[in-house]
Amino acid sequence: MISFGPTEEQEIVRDTMKEFAQQAMRPIARDSDEAASIPQDFFDSVWELGLTSTQLPEEHGGGGEPRAPVTNAILLEELGYGDATLAVAAMVPSGFANAVADYGTRDQKERLLPLFCQPTFHAASLAVVEPGAVFDAVKPRTRAEPKGDAFVVSGVKSFVPLGDRASHFLVVARNGERLDAFIVPREAEGLTISEPEKNLGLRGLTTVSLELERVEVPQADRLGGKEGCDVRNLLASSRAALSAVMVGLSRGVLADCIPYAKDRVAFGEAIAKKQSIAFRLAEMHIEIEAMRWLTWKAASFVENRLDATKSAHLARCYVAEKCMWVADNGVQIYGGHGYIRDNPLEMWFRNARTLGVLEGTIGV
Amino acid sequence: MIDFTLTENDKARLARTRAEALICRKYAREYEEREELAPDELPERKEFLASAAAVPEPGPDDTPRPVMMALQAMGAYWGDYSIRLKRTGGGLGNAALTAAGTKEQQAKWGHLTLSMAITEPGCGSDPSMVQCTAVLDGDEWVINGEKIFVTTGIRAEGAVIWATIDKSAGRAGIKSFLVERGTPGFEVPYKEKKLGIRSDDTAVYLFKDCRIPRENLLGLDETTPKKSSGGFRGVMKTFNMTRPMTAAMGLGLAEAALDFTREQLEGAGFAIEYGAGLGTLPAVVEKFIRLEALFEASVLNTLECVWLAGQAKPNNMESSVCKAHAGSAVRVITQGCIELLGPMGVSREHLLEKWMRDCRITDIYEGTGEIQRLIIARGLLEYTRADLK
Repeated sequence: MISFGPTEEQEIVRDTMKEFAQQAMRPIARDSDEAASIPQDFFDSVWELGLTSTQLPEEHGGGGEPRAPVTNAILLEELGYGDATLAVAAMVPSGFANAVADYGTRDQKERLLPLFCQPTFHAASLAVVEPGAVFDAVKPRTRAEPKGDAFVVSGVKSFVPLGDRASHFLVVARNGERLDAFIVPREAEGLTISEPEKNLGLRGLTTVSLELERVEVPQADRLGGKEGCDVRNLLASSRAALSAVMVGLSRGVLADCIPYAKDRVAFGEAIAKKQSIAFRLAEMHIEIEAMRWLTWKAASFVENRLDATKSAHLARCYVAEKCMWVADNGVQIYGGHGYIRDNPLEMWFRNARTLGVLEGTIGV
Repeated sequence: MIDFTLTENDKARLARTRAEALICRKYAREYEEREELAPDELPERKEFLASAAAVPEPGPDDTPRPVMMALQAMGAYWGDYSIRLKRTGGGLGNAALTAAGTKEQQAKWGHLTLSMAITEPGCGSDPSMVQCTAVLDGDEWVINGEKIFVTTGIRAEGAVIWATIDKSAGRAGIKSFLVERGTPGFEVPYKEKKLGIRSDDTAVYLFKDCRIPRENLLGLDETTPKKSSGGFRGVMKTFNMTRPMTAAMGLGLAEAALDFTREQLEGAGFAIEYGAGLGTLPAVVEKFIRLEALFEASVLNTLECVWLAGQAKPNNMESSVCKAHAGSAVRVITQGCIELLGPMGVSREHLLEKWMRDCRITDIYEGTGEIQRLIIARGLLEYTRADLK
C-alpha cells in the first residue's frame, strides 16, 4: 500500500537526530573540515546514541531492533543536514556491521558483531571505491582468485573511510564472473594502508587507500561464506544511504539561503523579492522533495528485500545531480560570501561534489 | 508506514486501466488527425466488459483512493490523452461547483458536464484581471465578455464562468456563475486549433448581453468586501486536487514515451542495465536512465501530494510542487525520448511525436510552471502576493 507516512517511532528518531545535528554536529563541522580530522568526542557521542548497535541481533549483544533501512534513511537525512562529513563518519561502522548482520554466516556474526556492541566506539570500514578514472562499482579491478580453500585478493582500493582506525575492511572484488566481499583484518599480510588521502570534500573523514598484494583470505572470511553475498544489494543500500545524506545537505543549503535572500538588499529591495532568486529557491524546494521520496523508495526496497538495484540507481543518479545543483546555486545566491570559508556554503559545495561520486562507504 | 509497494488488488485495478488504455490507443491517431472528439463509447467496450476479470472493491489495506486516482489517471493517459472506452461526464466546472456552490446549486447542476471558463484573451495566469462583467438587472445577471481555451467547451452542458461584478473591488469583485448551454447570448463560435490534444474540444465562448437568473451566482454571495478575496480563494482551493491530477495526466504520456523508447532501444540491442557506472553504459542507455529517474521523481512528488489529500492534510504547496515538477519533467522526457530515437521519434507513424505535443500543455494549463514557482516561493519566504509578484 503506497504511503508516505513515517511511523511515530520514525518521527521520534527524526526529532532526536535533528537535535543531535544542531547540538553536536553544526558547531564542530567547520573545524573538522579545516583540521581534516574529527574529534574523538564526536564518535563517543554517536556511540552513545546506539546508531550501530540498536539494529544488531540481541544474541550478539545488540539492541535486537529489526533492521530498518527506511528509518536509517530518515535519520541520515537529519545527520546530513547537520554535516555530511560527520554523518558519513557516524555511519561507517554500521555499514560494515549491517553488511555482516545481513549477509554474514553464523560464524562471521559471532566473531564480528560483538565488536560493535561494546561500550566504546569501534570502527570497521567498507572498501569499494578504486583509484583511477571511470570507476565502476560493479566492475572492480580488484580480483579474488580461488586458491584451495581460500582466495587471493589483489588490487587497490581508495576512499576507505575511517581507514586510520578500522579494525577490519570489507573489500569488494571481482571473483571470476561474480562480485564478492571479503573481510580483511587490518593486520592481514600483504595489506598496506596509506597515509590519509587529501580530498576536495568530506575532509574531516579520514580516508585511506588500501593496497592488497596477494592477500590470502580464508573461505570463512568471504562474506556469506560458501554462498557469498549479493554485492549489488550492498551497493544499492549504500546508494540509498548516500542519497539520504545528500537530501539533508541540500535541505541545509535551502534553509540557509532563505533568510539570507530575505536579508540581503540589492537595488533597494531584498534579493528574495526578485523572481530570479525566488524561483531558484522554489526550484530547490521542488527538487529536495523529489530527492527525498526517491531515497525513501530505494531504502524501502532494501528494507523489504526486494531488488533495489533499479530504484537505488535512479535515486543516486537523480539525487547526486540535484544535490550538486542545489549547493552550486546556494553559493551563487550568497555571491562572494558563498565563496568565503567563513560561510558553510563553500564547504557544502565541496561536500556535495564529493558525495555524488562515492560508492560504498555507508549503507542504510 | 512508508511503503511504495502496490497490493494485489491495486495491481489488478491498474492492470485493468492499462488494458483499457491500450484499446483506446488504437484510435489515438485517427481522432487526432480529424481533430474530432472520439465517440462516447468505443465498439470494443462490450467485449472488454464481458472478458475482463472483475476487480474487487478496494479494502482498508489497499492504496488510499486519491493515490489510486492519480495512478489510474496516469494509466488512462498512458493510453491516450482524449480517448476513453466510455467517456465519463464531468469537467473542471464540476469541481468548481462542488467547491463554491450551495447544496441546492450542487443538486440542481451536479449531473451536468460543466466546463470551467476563466481565461480571456488578455488574462491567463493572473485571473484577477478578469474583464468579463456581470451586471445585476432586476433579478438577472447580464454577462458580457469573451472566454478562451475552455476545456471540454463543446460537449459541456453548462459552464462555470468567472466574471467581475465590480471592477473597482479587484479580486473581491470576481464571482463564478453558472451559465447553461442554450442560454440566449451565450455563443460557442469555434474550437481552438492546437499544438496537441487535438481531439479534445477546447472552445471559445462569447457572452453578448447573456441574461442568467440571479441565483446562478455560485455561493450566492453578492458582497465585495474590500480586504477579502471573496470567493476567489475558495475556487483556487479546487486546484489542490486538480493540479496533481494534471501532473499525473502528463506523466502518463511521458511514461508512454519512455516505454516506447525502451522497447525501441532494446530492439536495437541496447540493454537498459541498472547499477552500472558511467564507464560501462552506452550514452543512449545512460541518458534513458536519467529520463527515467526524472520520471520517477515526478511521479513520487505527485503521489505524495495526493496522499496528503487522502490524509486530509494541507497540500497547497505540494500541489504546486508536483505540478511544477511534472510540467517541466514531461517536456524534458518526451523531447529527450525523441532525441534518443532520432528521426524515428518525429515520424507520425509512431505516437511519440504526438505524446510530446500532447504533454506540452501540462506546464501551461491549471497554472503555468512560473505561477507554481511563484506560489512555492511565497510559501517558502512567507511572502504575500504584494511582497513577491
